[in-house]
Amino acid sequence: MNTLILRTIVPLLTGLMVIYSIVVLLAGHNDPGGGFIGGLIAASAFALYGIACGVAPVRRALYFHPISIAAFGMLLSALSGVISLYKGVPFLTGLWWFPEIAKGVEVPLSTPLMFDIGVWLVVVGSLVTIALALEEKE
Amino acid sequence: MIGYLVLTPFLAALLAPVLVLLIGHRASWILALVPGYLLYRFFDFVPAVAKGETVLQSHEWLSGFGINYSFMIDGLSLTFAFLILGIGFFIVIYAGGYLKGHQHLGRFLAVLLAFMGSMLGLVVSDNLITLFVFWELTSITSFLLIGFDNEREASRRAALQALIITGLGGLVMLAGFALLGLVGGTFELSELLSKGDVIKEHGLYSLIFWLVMAGAFTKSAQVPFHSWLPNAMEAPTPVSAYLHSATMVKAGVFLLMRTYPMLGETELWETVLPLFGGATLLVGTVLAVRDKDMKLMLAYTTVASLGLLVLMLGVGGERAIEGAVLYLIAHSFFKGALFMVVGTVDHEAGTRQIDKLSGLRSAMPITALAAALAALSMCGLPPFIGFLAKESIYHSLTHGGLHEWVIAIVAIVGNALMFGVAASIAIRPFMGKWIDPPKAVHEGSLMLFLGPLILSITGIVTAVFALQFMQAHFFAPMVSAVAGKEVTLDLHLWHGINPALILSVVTVGLGIGVFAFTAELKKFFDKVLNFINWGPDKGFDQAICFLTWFAGHFTRILQTGEIRTYMRITFLITALTMLVPMYSLNIWPKMPEFPELRLWEIGVFVILAVGLLQVVFANTRLTAIISLGIQGFSVALIFMLFGAPDLSFTQFMVETLSVVIIALVLTRLQLMKQDRRSTISLLFDGLVAISVGVGMGALLMNITQLPLDMRLSEFFSTYSAAIAHGRNIVNVILVDFRAIDTLGEITVVLITGVSALALIRVKAIPDNKTKTSKGSQALKETS
Repeated sequence: MNTLILRTIVPLLTGLMVIYSIVVLLAGHNDPGGGFIGGLIAASAFALYGIACGVAPVRRALYFHPISIAAFGMLLSALSGVISLYKGVPFLTGLWWFPEIAKGVEVPLSTPLMFDIGVWLVVVGSLVTIALALEEKE
Repeated sequence: MIGYLVLTPFLAALLAPVLVLLIGHRASWILALVPGYLLYRFFDFVPAVAKGETVLQSHEWLSGFGINYSFMIDGLSLTFAFLILGIGFFIVIYAGGYLKGHQHLGRFLAVLLAFMGSMLGLVVSDNLITLFVFWELTSITSFLLIGFDNEREASRRAALQALIITGLGGLVMLAGFALLGLVGGTFELSELLSKGDVIKEHGLYSLIFWLVMAGAFTKSAQVPFHSWLPNAMEAPTPVSAYLHSATMVKAGVFLLMRTYPMLGETELWETVLPLFGGATLLVGTVLAVRDKDMKLMLAYTTVASLGLLVLMLGVGGERAIEGAVLYLIAHSFFKGALFMVVGTVDHEAGTRQIDKLSGLRSAMPITALAAALAALSMCGLPPFIGFLAKESIYHSLTHGGLHEWVIAIVAIVGNALMFGVAASIAIRPFMGKWIDPPKAVHEGSLMLFLGPLILSITGIVTAVFALQFMQAHFFAPMVSAVAGKEVTLDLHLWHGINPALILSVVTVGLGIGVFAFTAELKKFFDKVLNFINWGPDKGFDQAICFLTWFAGHFTRILQTGEIRTYMRITFLITALTMLVPMYSLNIWPKMPEFPELRLWEIGVFVILAVGLLQVVFANTRLTAIISLGIQGFSVALIFMLFGAPDLSFTQFMVETLSVVIIALVLTRLQLMKQDRRSTISLLFDGLVAISVGVGMGALLMNITQLPLDMRLSEFFSTYSAAIAHGRNIVNVILVDFRAIDTLGEITVVLITGVSALALIRVKAIPDNKTKTSKGSQALKETS
């Protein structure tokens, strides 16, 4: 798979796919998408990058080991549920904040969003772990 | 409030490592304040309990199942709490001196405090399930403490053995608790205690009895489950003194005392307990006399003492309980003290072999004094609390028939042998001519002699100066709590000449004989035991050996290592689970009317069919897998056409990634490009594949032909935007309504990632005989 075209275009494509996956993640609450699908998109982006340019650049780009990313996602998701305990409502109850950053512009923040980001990280981390481990030469 | 008191030691356990890091071993002075403070708080309960009241407090936990974080303080739990906290106070200080400068002292103190909390929780629990949780926590902390010196194999084995034996017993006991709750209609001990008659007459009584006994006997090291206790002496001495003599091993006895009003005073109880207790008493003392390691001698006498306690509870009745209660308290004082004495000697002199030590009294006067006081109590001589205990025991045994007299003889023999051991430990290392020990010996530090000294002095103070107070505030309430009715005690050091005193004199006489002829007895016991040449300790190893052997063979049968076999079995069973119920219940779906398809729908089906043919007739594996991807894409298209964009989206991504990953796996496995199978296996695999397909299809058709319950869908579409601020119902369900499911799913994803990583990283294990050279070559290359 070492063609020049692929090697040239894949880094750009990977970037676009990751951005798109984040869009899908954030838009997911109202439009098709969400953490799981977004995570799959980003994971295939990194897998593709690995196939085209080798594993080392992917590992450099990710900086953290993908399994640590997945574990961090797990932590984030679980913690998002703990927050509601402090409010005296059951574990994983969705809580929402609508801070106004400019006049008339509200940013909806919520524990389900935090949870979904966690899902995204787990899916990306786990799948990239598997893909990179397989792509690596022994 | 009691709930918070119980949690305090656990919080202190979190602090301990930090504190040790900051101020070293002196941290134990500060940490000892925790049991000290708790002791002070528990004094609040003393007046109420002395009046015969029971303090109950409850926090809801899983109240739907009758499981609560609930606590009960009566005479039994209060006395136990005082023993745990009082001895714990000195043990924490002692541990600081004993492990001074040890790099893991912080960890040690942390686990020790966690144990203290668990044990405290165990004795003050009202709910059986709460009690069980604390019970298991004591097993786990005990495991960690026995295996503290985890670089030695003996420690690891002893820790594992203790965990397996007490853990198995605990599990069996849990079944007993469940039945007890079922029969009594509640898990709260405070309510169960008054339902003794209902339980004893129930058909399940004997089953409950045996299940609960399994827990009690394993925890309290009754023969034949005793072997973990002497092995647990691998632990540092503070642990032996605290867990394995004064507190944890008494949890079994505690359970017997707790369940006495529910299960006791039946024929079964009065047969089984004396048998096990008596056997344990005799075996324990014989092994104690035989040993030369002072710590092991003490450990075996602990086994024996636990046997004596079980024996007395088995005899039953108020006076026997009185004897057991007094002996339990006395034992905690003198045995805790003696263990610490032996630890100090070991620490300062460098050995604890009794024949290598002599004349230490001049070098270690305070330790020698503590040893003497504790041993006098252990020997049951006046005016120590040990004497009171033994008098009560004999007193209860002289007022019965033949049965009691047989038990009395067993008790006398056991006590005489223990007398000999106690005398040996107090006299041989300290008296006599000086022998140079391995280390330059001097008195232990304040931290080391404070605990044994105070505990051994307590043994005489209780009996001489505070007898009336102790009797009114601790002994009588505890005996009443065990007996399940109001009992008054009348303890005096001097009762006049009566049968009990005569038995005591006989015991002392025999004991002196045992001390004088220890060497001869030792030889004799050695001969007998060498002749038998088998014990439960060996039996444990054999059982474990058999278990691993069995597991190995069983695994080899089930796990052929051939992925093709696994797949065949998995799919065959999948097909059968779908088809067999439909066949046997005769619920095949009706063939639906074939709908009129639009052009593009026909197109999708054509792609599907072509893809299918391509999978079956593909030349190479890679083509087959990519064609399988086409199938997936077609399904995704169908989802799209029928208005499920989320599903379709996910399906596309999953298909893409699985094709990529399977292709990568294929290149990694270096399989042959083509997939050749024999005709028979082709036919078989084809049959399995078609059965799965037919089964799945029929199942789906069945489901769609059922009337669709729309309540959930309506609920989600109504409330998705209203209360969860999202218009995409699928996502709202995933991250909000059913987030706990998703949490479970991403856990699975994460575990899959971790295990895949581990599996891929494992290199094929080289076969030792043929490929050694290759393996070492690979090693060289990597290095």
